[in-house]
Amino acid sequence: MNNPLSNLHRKLAVSEFVFTAEVCPPKGCDTSLFIQQSKALAGVVDAINVTDNQGANMRISPLAASALLLREGIEPILQFTCRDRNRLALQSDLLGAAAMGITNVLALTGDHISFGDHKTAKAVFDLDSVQLLEGIRMLQGGTDLSGKKLEGAPSFFTGAAAAPEAEPFELTLFKLNKKIAAGAGFFQTQAIFNTVKLERFSSRLNPSGVKIIAGILLLKSAPMARFINKNIPGLRIPDEIICELESSTNPTQTGIDIAIRLARAAKAHSHGLHIMAMGREEVIPEIIKGVI
Amino acid sequence: MIISQKKPLETILESLGESRSVFLIGCAKCATVCKSGGEEEVWQMQEALHSAGREVTGSIIIDEACHMLRVGRDLRGKQQMVDDADALLVMACGAGIQSVSAAVPKRTVAALDSMFLGNIRRFGQFEQKCSLCGECILSETAGICPVTACPKGLLNGPCGGMDNGRCETDPEAECAWAQIFSRITNDGREMDLDRSVPPKNYAKIPKPGKLTLPK
Repeated sequence: MNNPLSNLHRKLAVSEFVFTAEVCPPKGCDTSLFIQQSKALAGVVDAINVTDNQGANMRISPLAASALLLREGIEPILQFTCRDRNRLALQSDLLGAAAMGITNVLALTGDHISFGDHKTAKAVFDLDSVQLLEGIRMLQGGTDLSGKKLEGAPSFFTGAAAAPEAEPFELTLFKLNKKIAAGAGFFQTQAIFNTVKLERFSSRLNPSGVKIIAGILLLKSAPMARFINKNIPGLRIPDEIICELESSTNPTQTGIDIAIRLARAAKAHSHGLHIMAMGREEVIPEIIKGVI
Repeated sequence: MIISQKKPLETILESLGESRSVFLIGCAKCATVCKSGGEEEVWQMQEALHSAGREVTGSIIIDEACHMLRVGRDLRGKQQMVDDADALLVMACGAGIQSVSAAVPKRTVAALDSMFLGNIRRFGQFEQKCSLCGECILSETAGICPVTACPKGLLNGPCGGMDNGRCETDPEAECAWAQIFSRITNDGREMDLDRSVPPKNYAKIPKPGKLTLPK
């Protein structure tokens, strides 16, 4: 391997199993809880995803939040969407990220504005995720999207999102291949509930050499699962999981048990796990312990 | 055709403000089909304004309110009624409203909101198919426009919110890329799916748009 760009990059390159987790940066400029949660996770995960106005809800810039994690010695994965920035802003923020030492970038389209708390805002989508990946590759090659030369080219370990359970699978596959061709080195997937579908996904994509980090969602109750199904794009929790939570006398613990069960099953078809704890980040170590 | 919708009467009255007398202008083309500025709607507006205590000095339905010379000529034909009015209330699209404001130096009030370039599905049902983006890619997308049909305007395939071929923004709506995919597959043109589509060239549609045909 050439110089690894990050701990995440190094581990995936030598086929060490990785764990990532998602921490939502604050709505406001008090980052103490965000830092505290991230610090608590730093020892158990390899990198922490910093979401970008997740669900189109306005929060502190993921660029700033990622830089704050770096300052604490924690490795961030900067989530970066096309929804709120045109191609100038995307490139300029990426150069800023590189200058601050951020190396892992997850290139995303972004959830639609209509899901968030600024429904009357103008959605940008000047580029899509494939074009963003290609833009990143151009920056790494030393030029911007207009072909102008850069003073200092960034080096990123670039990833993209995937939804292995979305149907029809063939419809998602051609775009995934475009993402790989555009330089995606890893996929972080939406929450996995169906191992057969994850297996289908990994068997089709493994030949490309792309690394797959499978998404695991921590649920705490049946109402929460129903809320997610109704309000969060890309997440579909199957009825049997909702029933399992509903019939449990201790749904919080059942949610953890389900997450561990799914994580164990997903492990066989992935190079790492990405744990989305939806605000219960303190449980992540227990889930990871249950998998290893 | 330009799809337009009537503003609420209260909004129109608020915009008219102190203008007590009003001349009404409708359009015989798009606004007539949209039932927002045809003869019937102009008549209803006249009644509504009367009831609200405003005077209507007269009205006209212009054959194409976006035709600037015609608007000027037609309004000159109603000179007295136009002169008698404090304001001109235009029941046409934004293009039509501005033909009027360009022709007459008098307070011009918009009665409609212009919404999109629309196809007519059936009477009273309009759908946006084209976003006037300046560089048509329909030859490569099996005749279905992702710039318009996808709420994010994605050019390289579906987003992560697509499931069961449905759009994340509306579970009733078919994902634009699901439509394109099935059509392309049927046409045996899968190679069109492998090509990465570069970013759009927004310099093709500078604002304000202008086009002058060579003589």
